[in-house]
Amino acid sequence: METPKKSTSKNEEFQFVNLDEVTAAQSGVAQKSLSFHEKAWHQLKHNHAAMVSLIFLLFIAVVSVASLFWMPHDPNAQNVSLSNLKPFTNGSYPLGTDGLGRDMFSRLLYGTRISLMIALFATLVDILIGVPYGLVSGWCGGRVDNILQRIIEIISSIPELVLIMLLLIILKPGMVSIILAIALSSWVLMARLVRASAMQIKSTDFVLAAQAMGESPMQIAFRHILPNTVGVIITRTMFTIPAAIFLEALLSFIGIGVKAPNASLGTLLNTGEKGFQFYQYQLWEPVLVLSLMMIAFNLLGDGLRDAFDPNTRGEK
Amino acid sequence: MRKYIIKRLLMMVLTLFIVATLTFFLMKMIPGSPLGNTMKLSKAQQLAVEKQYGLNKPVWQQYLSYMTGVLHGNFGMSYQYNSTTVASLIGHRVGPSILISFQALVLGVIVGILLGCVGALKKGTWADATSSTLAVIGISFPSFILAILLQYYLGFKLGWFPVASWDGFPSTILPTIALSAVPMAQVSRFVRTEMVEVLNSDYILLAKAKGLSVPQVVSHHALKNSIIPTLTLIGPLAVTLITGSMVVENIFSVPGIGELFINSVLANDYPVIMGLTMFYCLLLCGILLLTDVVYGLVDPRILSKEKGEH
Repeated sequence: METPKKSTSKNEEFQFVNLDEVTAAQSGVAQKSLSFHEKAWHQLKHNHAAMVSLIFLLFIAVVSVASLFWMPHDPNAQNVSLSNLKPFTNGSYPLGTDGLGRDMFSRLLYGTRISLMIALFATLVDILIGVPYGLVSGWCGGRVDNILQRIIEIISSIPELVLIMLLLIILKPGMVSIILAIALSSWVLMARLVRASAMQIKSTDFVLAAQAMGESPMQIAFRHILPNTVGVIITRTMFTIPAAIFLEALLSFIGIGVKAPNASLGTLLNTGEKGFQFYQYQLWEPVLVLSLMMIAFNLLGDGLRDAFDPNTRGEK
Repeated sequence: MRKYIIKRLLMMVLTLFIVATLTFFLMKMIPGSPLGNTMKLSKAQQLAVEKQYGLNKPVWQQYLSYMTGVLHGNFGMSYQYNSTTVASLIGHRVGPSILISFQALVLGVIVGILLGCVGALKKGTWADATSSTLAVIGISFPSFILAILLQYYLGFKLGWFPVASWDGFPSTILPTIALSAVPMAQVSRFVRTEMVEVLNSDYILLAKAKGLSVPQVVSHHALKNSIIPTLTLIGPLAVTLITGSMVVENIFSVPGIGELFINSVLANDYPVIMGLTMFYCLLLCGILLLTDVVYGLVDPRILSKEKGEH
C-alpha cells in the first residue's frame, strides 16, 4: 500500500544540498554535537510547560537584577506608623508592609534576589566539584574510580540536612557558609550522574577512534567526553537550583540560615509564620513566590531531561 | 548473596567509623563553648564542669574514650538535658519519628502508586494531567510550608485536628499528611514512567493479543513489573523523610529525634548532635542495605549486576 505513494512523492524525498554543507557535516564531531543540542532545543520549544517556566524564570532573573538598581523602598527601612498594612490598601506599598512597617514588595524583591544568589552560587560550586570528580571517576575507572566511589558512598550515607547542619555549625554563620554547606552536600549526585555519563561515552566508537588517532587521555576527556555530558549537567543543574532554594528557605526558616535583618525567602517565611494568625498575606506572599519558582524550575528541569535524553524523546 | 551482604556490612561498619571520627573532629572545631556564657562561671566552676564532661583531657584521649563509648552504644551525656544520656534521649524520642515517617511512607506510596497508575493508564487525558500536576506540586511545594498551612487551616481554624500536642493517633494525622506529600509525588512520577514503559512492552502486547481484558493485563502483568522498581526509591525517600521530619516535627512539636536534632544544633549540644548523626547514618545505611537485599531477592537480575560492579 505504501510503495506507490512513495514513488509519487519521489521528488520530494530528495533535496539539493550545498557541497559545503555536506563536507562540513562530515568533517567534525563538534558539528554533530551542535545538532544534537539543536534537536534538544527544538524538542524543548514544543514543551509548553517548560517554555512558560523558562520565560517566568527569566522574568524573575531580570527583576532580581533590576532590583539591584531600583527598589520602591529600602527593604530594611522601618516605619512603625505604617506597620502591617494590608496589600492593595496603600498606593505606595502595593503588597503591604510587615510588622515593622517594612515594604513587603521591596523585601520580596530583595529576598528573592538573595535566595537566587545563594542557589546559583551553591549550584556553581556543586558543578565545580561534582563535574571534575565524576569525570575523573568515570574516565579513569579502575582503582581510582573505586576509591572515589567509596568516598561518595560514605558522604551520601549522611542524610543531606544532617550534613548541612554539621557544616553550618562549624562554619561561621553567613551567606558563604550556607552556599558551601548546600554545595558540599549536593555535589555527590552531580558527580554520580557525570560519572555514569562519562562511562557510557567512554565505550562509544568515537572515543575509540580518538584513541586510535593518538589523542591523549586529557584531550579526549575535554574534547569528547565533557561536551557530551553537557546535557546531563544542565539537566541536573535545573534540579539543583530549586533544591538549593528549598534548603536555604528551610535553614533560614529554622533560624540557622540567613540572619535578620537580611531578607531571604526563608527569613520572610519565618517572620510571616510568626504573625500568620493575624496577617496572612505576610506568609502567603513569600510562599507564592517560592513555590512558583520551585514549580517553574522543576518543570523546566523535566523538559530539559526529556529533551536531552534520547530514550524519552518524543514520549510525553 | 551471603558474600554480598557481608561485604556490604563491612563497608557499613567502615562508613560508620569514618562518620564517627569526622563528626568528632568537626565538633572539636566548632567555635564557641557548650558552657554558654563562660563569664558567669568562676574559673573553678568551669574546670569542674569541664572535668565532669571530660573536656579537660587532650583531644586524642577524648577521641579514644568517645570511640570506645560509641562501640558500647554510649554516646555520652547531653549538655542540654541534665543527667540524661544521649542513648536514652534518642531511645525515648525515636518512637514518634519512626511512627510519623512510617505512616507518611505508607500513605505516600499507596497514593503515589494509585496516581501513577491512573496517569499511565489514562495517558494524555485530564486524569493524567491532574495526577502529573499533583506530582509536580508535591515535589515543588516545600513540605514545611504545607505543614504550617495544614496546622493553621485544618488544625487551628477548623479545629479538626489537635495542634501542637502529642497525644494519640489524631495528633499524628497532620504531620503524616505534610510529610507524605513528597514521597507521594516521587512515587507517582516514578510509577507512571515505569508503567508507561511496561505498557509499551512486547509481553503486554502478547497478553492483550491473548485476549486478556485491560484490568487483567494491568493486575497480572503491568502492575507488578512497574511497582517492583519503586523499591529503588526507598533510599532517596528515606533521605527525604529524614529531612522533612526535622522541620515538620519542629512545627507540630512532635517529640521526635528531628526536633531533638534541631534543638541540639541551636543549643550546641555536641554529644546529642554526634549521637544523632551516627544514628541517622546507621538508619540510612541499614535501609539502603535492606532495600538492596530485598530488591535482589525480588529481582535476581539486579544482584548479579551489582556483584559484577563491586
